[in-house]
Amino acid sequence: MAKMTEIRWHGRGGQGAKTASLLLADAAFMAGKYVQSFPEYGPERSGAPITAYNRISDERCTIHSNIYDPDYSVVVDETLLASVDVTAGLKEGGALIVNSEKHPEELRPLLKGYTGRIYTVDAGAISRKYLGRYFPNTPMLAAVVAVSGILDAESFLSDMEESYRHKFATKPQVVEGNLKCLAEAMQEVKKHE
Amino acid sequence: MSIKDRLSGNEAVATAMRQINPDVFAMFPITPSTEIPQYFAQYVADGRVDTEFICVESEHSSMSACIGAEAAGCRAVTATSSAGLSYMNEVLFCAASLRLPVVLAVSCRALTGPININHDYSDSMAERDSGFIQIYAENNQEVYDNYLQAHRIGEHEGVRLPVMICQDGFITSHALENIELEEDEAVKAFVGEYCPENYLLKQENPLAVGPYGTSPYYMEARVAQAEAMKKAKEVILEVAADFEKNFGRHYGFFEEYRMEDAEIALVIMGSSAGTAKAAVDELREQGVKAGLVKVRVFRPFPAEELAKALSGCSSVAVMDKSEGFSAHGGPLFADTAASLINAPRRPLMINIVYGLGGRDFTVSQAKRVFARLENIARTKETGPVYTHLGQRDDREEVQ
Repeated sequence: MAKMTEIRWHGRGGQGAKTASLLLADAAFMAGKYVQSFPEYGPERSGAPITAYNRISDERCTIHSNIYDPDYSVVVDETLLASVDVTAGLKEGGALIVNSEKHPEELRPLLKGYTGRIYTVDAGAISRKYLGRYFPNTPMLAAVVAVSGILDAESFLSDMEESYRHKFATKPQVVEGNLKCLAEAMQEVKKHE
Repeated sequence: MSIKDRLSGNEAVATAMRQINPDVFAMFPITPSTEIPQYFAQYVADGRVDTEFICVESEHSSMSACIGAEAAGCRAVTATSSAGLSYMNEVLFCAASLRLPVVLAVSCRALTGPININHDYSDSMAERDSGFIQIYAENNQEVYDNYLQAHRIGEHEGVRLPVMICQDGFITSHALENIELEEDEAVKAFVGEYCPENYLLKQENPLAVGPYGTSPYYMEARVAQAEAMKKAKEVILEVAADFEKNFGRHYGFFEEYRMEDAEIALVIMGSSAGTAKAAVDELREQGVKAGLVKVRVFRPFPAEELAKALSGCSSVAVMDKSEGFSAHGGPLFADTAASLINAPRRPLMINIVYGLGGRDFTVSQAKRVFARLENIARTKETGPVYTHLGQRDDREEVQ
C-alpha cells in the first residue's frame, strides 16, 4: 500500500477538533489526496474529551477502524495531557503537536516517558490576535500541515483561501484573519526545532 | 462526467435524494441519521427540490405518511436509525404488504440496551422479515450508488416492494471521504419518473388499499409478496448492470474480494469488509489464500450465488454485527449456513459476533479470525461454532 498518514486529534467537545479534522481532510482533498475524517463519539457533552481522526493517502483507504498507531497526535486542549494518554501508540518518527504557550520540553514530564518529537504552538493567542476569539482549530490545522509536510505549504494556503472565500462568502472580513492565523501558526510551530 | 467531491455518508444520501427530488419526504430525526433530513431541509429551504417535506411527530408516523403518499401514487422517502426503525416496525410490514416502494435510508445503530448511539446492525437485522429489500454499503460511495438504484428496484412492476438503504452509523454516516457524484440530470434520467399503473386517487380505476384479508385470501397475498421478493433478485442485477453502463461502477449481490482461489474466507457486511480487505491483502502477501465475500444485498438473500462463491473454501467465518439471541449464531450466519445446506461440497463454518454498539473492528481482529480459519482448515475441527470477538480486557473467545 502507498504511504498513508494517520492523524489523531484530541480535544474537548465544542472546541472544534472534529471541525479541524474535517478542514484538514478538505485541504488534502483539494491537493488531490484520498482522505478520511471521522469522529469517535462517546457520551456527547460540551467539554468532554473527544477524539477525531484523519487518514490521508494517495489511494483510497478501505480501513474503517479507529487509529491506534498515528503518525501525528494533535492536542487542541492542553489540559487533556493530564487525563488522556495522547501519545498512546504514536509512531516513532511521528510527533505530538500541542496547543500551548509553553516550550515543548516543559510538557515532556506530563507525557509518561514519551521520547519522541514535541511541537507547541500558542493557537489560542494566534486566534485571539487575528480573529478576536478563541478558535484554536484553525492554527492547529496549519501546525499539522507544517510539521507533517503532507501538503505543500503554498498550495495549502492558497487552497484554504479559496475555501474560506467560499465558506465565508457572506462575511469576507473574516477571511484575512483566518489566513493570517494559518500563516503565523505554520511559522510559530517550528520555532523550537 | 462524474464529479469528484468529499462527503459523509449521510450527506451522500441526502445528495442522492436531492437529485431524485422525491414527491414526499416525511421526517423525524434520530442519531445518527438526523443529518439526512437536516441537509434535505436546507435543499427545501433553498428551493433546490420541490418535495413536500413533512415534519411528523414520530417514526411510526413518518413511515405511515410515506405509505399514504405512496398509496396516492407519489414517490416517498424517509430516513431513520435504531429505536426509530423499531418504532416503525408495525408499518414497515404494511408498506411491504401493500406493495408500496417507499425508500428508507437507515444509518444503522445499536438497539437499547444498554442505551447506545453507535453502530451495529441490531436495528436493520430486526426488520429482516419485514418484507423490505435491504441493501448494505461499505462506504459513502456505495451508499450513494445503492440509493440511486433503490427506487428503480422497488418501483419495478414485477417487484413493487419498499427498500432499505443501509449504511454504518457514524462509521460511514459521519465519515468524510472522497466520492464520485453523478450529474443531477444523469441521475434523474437514470432513476426516471415514478408512474404506477394504479393508485388510490386514480379516477379511472379507484382501488382499495389495505383491506382485510380473510383466511381464504390472505395467503395468496403473502405468496405474491414472496414471489415479488424472488423477482427482486433479477431486477437488482438488471438495475446494477444499467448503473454500470451509465456510471461505470459495478455492483452485484455481493462483492468477492480475492476469492478466485481462496481457501479461507470471511462473509461480512458494511465498513468492516473494507477493514478486513486490508487483512486479506497482508495475508496474501504472506502466501495465505485468504478472501472475503461482502454481502451487499441481504434481502432478498442471494443463497445460490453465495453457496457457489463459498463452495471452494475449506473454512469460512460468517461475521455478524448484531446479536440475534438465537443461542445459535447471528442472522447472517443462519442464512449463509442455510444457503449451503444441500451443497455437495461445503466449507466448515463458524460464526463470529463482533462490533456491537460501536466496538471497533480492526485489521488485527480480522487477522485473528483468519488464523482461526487456517487452524480449522488444517485440523478439520471447528472448535466452538458461535463466539464473540473483541470483548474488553482482551478476553478471547477462542485462543
